[in-house]
Amino acid sequence: MTTTNSTHFVLSANINGERLEFLADERDSLLEALRERAGIRGPKEGCNNGNCGACSVLIEGVLVNSCLVMAAECQDANITTVEGLASPEGLSPLQQCFLEEAALQCGICTPGFLVASTALLEENPHPTEEEARFWLAGNLCRCTGYDKIIRAVLKAADQKDA
Amino acid sequence: MQALKYARASSVDEAVQMLRDGGPNAKVLAGGTDIIVLARERRRKVELFVDIKHIAEVMALEYDATKGLTVGSATPLYRVYNDANILKHFPALTQSAHVIGGTAIQGRASLGGNLANSGPAGDSITAMMALNGTALIAGPGGRREVKIDEFCTGPGQNVLQAGEFIVSLHFPHPAAHSGSAWERFIPRNEMDIAVANSGTYLVLDGDVVTEARIALGAVGPKVFMVPVDSLVGKPLTDETIAAAGQAAKATATPIDDMRGSIKQRLHLSDILTQRTIRAAAERARA
Repeated sequence: MTTTNSTHFVLSANINGERLEFLADERDSLLEALRERAGIRGPKEGCNNGNCGACSVLIEGVLVNSCLVMAAECQDANITTVEGLASPEGLSPLQQCFLEEAALQCGICTPGFLVASTALLEENPHPTEEEARFWLAGNLCRCTGYDKIIRAVLKAADQKDA
Repeated sequence: MQALKYARASSVDEAVQMLRDGGPNAKVLAGGTDIIVLARERRRKVELFVDIKHIAEVMALEYDATKGLTVGSATPLYRVYNDANILKHFPALTQSAHVIGGTAIQGRASLGGNLANSGPAGDSITAMMALNGTALIAGPGGRREVKIDEFCTGPGQNVLQAGEFIVSLHFPHPAAHSGSAWERFIPRNEMDIAVANSGTYLVLDGDVVTEARIALGAVGPKVFMVPVDSLVGKPLTDETIAAAGQAAKATATPIDDMRGSIKQRLHLSDILTQRTIRAAAERARA
């Protein structure tokens, strides 16, 4: 088999509800394709090996690390990044709770936490603190010490009652 | 990332053909949570990824009260641990699948990937061994079945031949009055690799153990089965459970590493075996 340095293909996917088509390379991870090809820079590259969760996105509603998915796997997929959480009317309730609880400092981990927490509340609208911490164990934050993030997530869950 | 191509297989035969045509640097892409990292860090030469996730058999999850359970090799872990039939009849599998990596890893990673990696600490492998699982393998020579307790041959080594891959995993339906359990020890609550793990399946007739399967991980160069002579045919008592723990400890050949010492791992071999026996027995009686 011959390999070349560049094997471009057209990636066509629904990203945050919008049909996008753009050139990507067969060697690109989904994270690289989103950031460098499509200009969607919400997902962050932290560790690039599945430990930190900064690149968390949803594929068909399922939480994944976009650094551990090849872009070529995502042909025709439905992908949600942090950019897809807010609506034109404003922040999502979860994002608002992150603001109110000061659940971020430097912000690098925040897109991943928001996407992962959105998936949590979708799956389990009223998690216990332990369930929230277990679900978010794959998202690392080196600033907040997690307590504020967990408070924000549980607050957003509480508001779902109202 | 090294230069590589991607191909999507739509059937097992097509995947076999793609792997054959691609040669030794064609690799199966299931969940990708390990192979993508290995390829990126150039610890594996990869020229072609053969994506098997669009093959129905490879993504299956089928439970039947007589035939048992079949799980596709690339079926993601979250589907395994969210499945009510698996929780009811194969709880050891649920317990192990739920603690491999974090939630985002479980969105992609699979039992087949965990088995194919054949790590000595493979969490789901000891559960699958206790549950008497069989791996269905496809390759250039056709299909064959291998018992999961005979699959791993050393650290990162297994019975897969060139061009072969795991299609699915099959588990016989557990007997009446049986139970299974799985536990691991890690120093934190989640997101870690086992210092030791243990899976147990046993069948009770009253208080007497009529069948037992106990597997241990991370306490030897590969996962292994523990001799159960001290348990089978005997009543389940503190003494026979302790004897099974001693048998586990006597079979373990752990190493010292950053995760734990030999002494700790020998102790854990004993304790985790006893705990999974007790937990499995409780389920058998329920």
